[in-house]
Amino acid sequence: MNVELSRRAFLQTTGAGLAGTTLGALGFAEIEAAHAAAIRSFKLANTTETRNTCPYCSVACGIILYSKGDLRKGEQADITHIEGDTDHPTNRGTLCPKGSALLGFVKSPTRLQHPMVRKPGSDKFEPISWEDALGRIARLMKDDRDKNFVARNNDGATVNRWISTGFLAASASTNETAFATYKVVRSAGMLVFDNQARV
Amino acid sequence: MTNSWTDIRNTDLVVIMGGNAAEAHPCGFKWVTEAKANRGAKLIVIDPRFTRSASVSDLYAPIRQGTDIAFLLGLINYCIQHDKVQWDYVKAFTNATYVVKEGFTYKDGLFSGYDEAKRDYDKSTWDYDIGPDGFAVVDETLQNPRCVWNLLKNHVSVYAPEMVERICGTPTDKFLKVAAMVAETSSPTKAMTSMYALGWTQHSKGSQNIRAMAMLQLVLGNIGIRGGGMNALRGHSNIQGLTDLGLMSNLLPGYLTLPTQKEPDLATYMSTRGFKPLRPNQMSYWQNYKKFFVSFQKSMWGDAATPENDFAYDYLPKLDVPGYDLLRAFELMHQGKMNGYFCQGFNPLQAAPNKKKVIESLSKLKFLVIMDPLDTETGRFWENHGPYNDVDPSQIQTEVYQLPSTCFAEDDGSLVNSGRWLQWHWAGGTPPGEAKRDTWIMAQLYLRLKELYTKEGGAFPDPIVKLNWPYADPGDPKAEELAQEINGRALAKVTDTADPTKVLAEAGKLLPAFAALRDDGSTACGCWIYSGCFNENGNNMARRDTTDPDDAGFYSKWAFSWPANRRILYNRASADLTGKPWDPSRKVIEWDGAKWSGYDVPDIVPTAKPDQVGPFIMNPEGVSRLFTRGMMRDGPFPAHYEPFESPIVNPVAPKVRGNPAARVFKGDMAQFAEAASKEFPYAATSYRLTEHFHFWTKHVIVNAVIQPEFFVEISEQLAAEKGITKGGWVRVWSKRGSVVAKAMVTKRIKPLTCDGKIVHIVGIPLHWGFTGAAKKGFGPNMLTPFVGDANIETPEYKAFLVNIEPAPGPAA
Repeated sequence: MNVELSRRAFLQTTGAGLAGTTLGALGFAEIEAAHAAAIRSFKLANTTETRNTCPYCSVACGIILYSKGDLRKGEQADITHIEGDTDHPTNRGTLCPKGSALLGFVKSPTRLQHPMVRKPGSDKFEPISWEDALGRIARLMKDDRDKNFVARNNDGATVNRWISTGFLAASASTNETAFATYKVVRSAGMLVFDNQARV
Repeated sequence: MTNSWTDIRNTDLVVIMGGNAAEAHPCGFKWVTEAKANRGAKLIVIDPRFTRSASVSDLYAPIRQGTDIAFLLGLINYCIQHDKVQWDYVKAFTNATYVVKEGFTYKDGLFSGYDEAKRDYDKSTWDYDIGPDGFAVVDETLQNPRCVWNLLKNHVSVYAPEMVERICGTPTDKFLKVAAMVAETSSPTKAMTSMYALGWTQHSKGSQNIRAMAMLQLVLGNIGIRGGGMNALRGHSNIQGLTDLGLMSNLLPGYLTLPTQKEPDLATYMSTRGFKPLRPNQMSYWQNYKKFFVSFQKSMWGDAATPENDFAYDYLPKLDVPGYDLLRAFELMHQGKMNGYFCQGFNPLQAAPNKKKVIESLSKLKFLVIMDPLDTETGRFWENHGPYNDVDPSQIQTEVYQLPSTCFAEDDGSLVNSGRWLQWHWAGGTPPGEAKRDTWIMAQLYLRLKELYTKEGGAFPDPIVKLNWPYADPGDPKAEELAQEINGRALAKVTDTADPTKVLAEAGKLLPAFAALRDDGSTACGCWIYSGCFNENGNNMARRDTTDPDDAGFYSKWAFSWPANRRILYNRASADLTGKPWDPSRKVIEWDGAKWSGYDVPDIVPTAKPDQVGPFIMNPEGVSRLFTRGMMRDGPFPAHYEPFESPIVNPVAPKVRGNPAARVFKGDMAQFAEAASKEFPYAATSYRLTEHFHFWTKHVIVNAVIQPEFFVEISEQLAAEKGITKGGWVRVWSKRGSVVAKAMVTKRIKPLTCDGKIVHIVGIPLHWGFTGAAKKGFGPNMLTPFVGDANIETPEYKAFLVNIEPAPGPAA
């Protein structure tokens, strides 16, 4: 984190230094004040920087998220800008046409915001609370598992498998999400289990 | 990748075939540009389309999609015929000298042991002669007609340049230019890198496409060296990680495999996974398999996994088929045999082949759960969108839950790039609305399921209620906690096996690396190949030191690379039998008379003598395999098979349709157009655009503006023949479905002549659907066939047959 702090400090001090010395030494004090007032402050100066990687392809370019508010201080954080990380060995700050527009992914109007349910035969989604959705899904899972779990095959061998419910895992979720998912899915005995690497 | 993106700077020749890095991996492709600018490297692109990668290449050769094996075996044949072989490497580091059993044959496109009814092989003849000493028989002189080298030489001889032209449509002069450039890298001081992606995997013989190039790279001595290797560019940002962690039907984390129902206990399971060395002195690293397996079981079930219960062996489900892959899942759904399905950040309605079948399948489910940051088509498969999703909601009884999850910017954790780097990232923003992290969603579901089983009992509750769930807040595990669990922990004091006074880890401490894993239950480790990623030194995935001694491209202190922070796999092969680098300017590691050291972590025991222990330590042979024994379903050598839908009959094996060992479900074969079909005369392929990422960026307004609308790409010749105008509407249809699109008439695609016949190619980009900011569109999966690769079931999206005609615009 030293790099980003020193870079921001550098930007702030150089701006102030120019206004305070060069123009001031020439006796343009009022102009200097007016000029300083007219300059919009560097818009990323008051944002929080966070290191991240592009979620699209597996080049995994380094990116920097700029937000108003700092999550680590317990604040709400609104991401206002995303750009390439110049320190990253692979992309060295560059981004492609997809990565350059990442802010639009974070802010997409079609981001899901609330749990929804579509009932059998219905032509619409309806809001549902997390509590109700999770409770209902767990119930559906258990009922299906209890009914269709195969403890032994026809030869009497212990097989302990559940194949009437399946799980398709993602392609851009973290290793940590993947491992938590693995534990839950496998411990339930699921075999219909795949991820996007297959396609 | 065997190597990394930043290592591409070290190459002399880049071959992009089965991929299009300039458009699909633009910021990785810059390392090709660096190699061209700084070391005079050359770029060859072989592709049905003149892509943007081709536009900056030194040599472009067109090829008909689905014929890569003929081309690649043609290159191996050329190298053998012209003695462009790195002989010292081939003799010492491959199984060229190994003698194959009597009875192994290849004739008329089929290897010995084929059973047509089962579409499968009895592979018993696909193996080495084993001598009385228990080791494989070798012939160092290469005189034995049954040694691998002579079998290979004979096997590839049919792929002469004229045959390559006949199959691939690549003009002989172009092929010979490619061959001459490739063959030059057989010099110990020249390196070639192979960059490939879905253009190779998405075929009914995708695995063998890749094998064919790997074999060529071995013949040229280009594996294990800087600037060389087999470099899968891969697709999504954590495809590598999800595969490493075993999120596939038949896998456990770290490329261990799930037991089958023929393996009732741990002893039986281990009996086929012992991997006894096949040659003297070899490491055969999988001999440690049991340590990895037991540590995984301890990670899953903690104290409930004991030596007495085979470390909870019965808690693992046992397979009755090779795997329940995506295609089999939809086939089972289609048959009405599945009730529930979860899609976590995956949009199969768009991504799976034969969309009509997918809609029918989802409609038969009782419940479907979507966890996604975006409003996916799969979540709305029941909603009518005119021709783009022509369904009647009232007839679909599936209960659908759409759960909002966070995206990358709101989540902490690690992703694995194509170069196997585990890179940590931090959340920077508050999630929108009620969106939650996937770890929270999975934990909440698990706790509810556990509670139900605790209260009510039910079918075999033990693996669920006894699952190790050691998080500070069980309802919201933190990424760091999970990462440490993946890395592994000592459950009791672990000491060095050679020196018991030396403590590797005290009880309760994080394990330093996978060398500390034990098979007695004293260690727990979620994924052995990641061990070392988060140890007592801290979170090594979060390291950001850009030091790179001598600008060699390793960046060994940046993030963590599996396994053991190694940046180039098989790097022992970068040095000769005395341990000196083949090319001093390309050193990776070298032998100083006592040990190996260098820029990278040696991919061998540091004290292993160079003339004794082979570099391919995961193989019981200690060498790499030109002949892969019975390890692949469709043959120990690759052979040219046509796609299941092909514009010509297979010139080398006219009686064989498609890949003879690929699984085809009942009913699907009838939905394939016949070879050289008059009804469906054009060879179609799907592809991606640089402005879009799969089905995600159509939700991004900028990308939806710069590529707003579905189109198909055809040659000027085909347009003229069919009366299609530039920008006009066309209908494209296959035996499975029909789409309407704008026509892009280009010079980038040209007709090819294959087996004396003109073959027109129709290019169909992928990115449109019926949700998001872009215009609604169809995409290729209305048309694609429901069949996968014989080994791993990746669908054949890249080669199928269609027809095309001018059409009025869509009604909507």
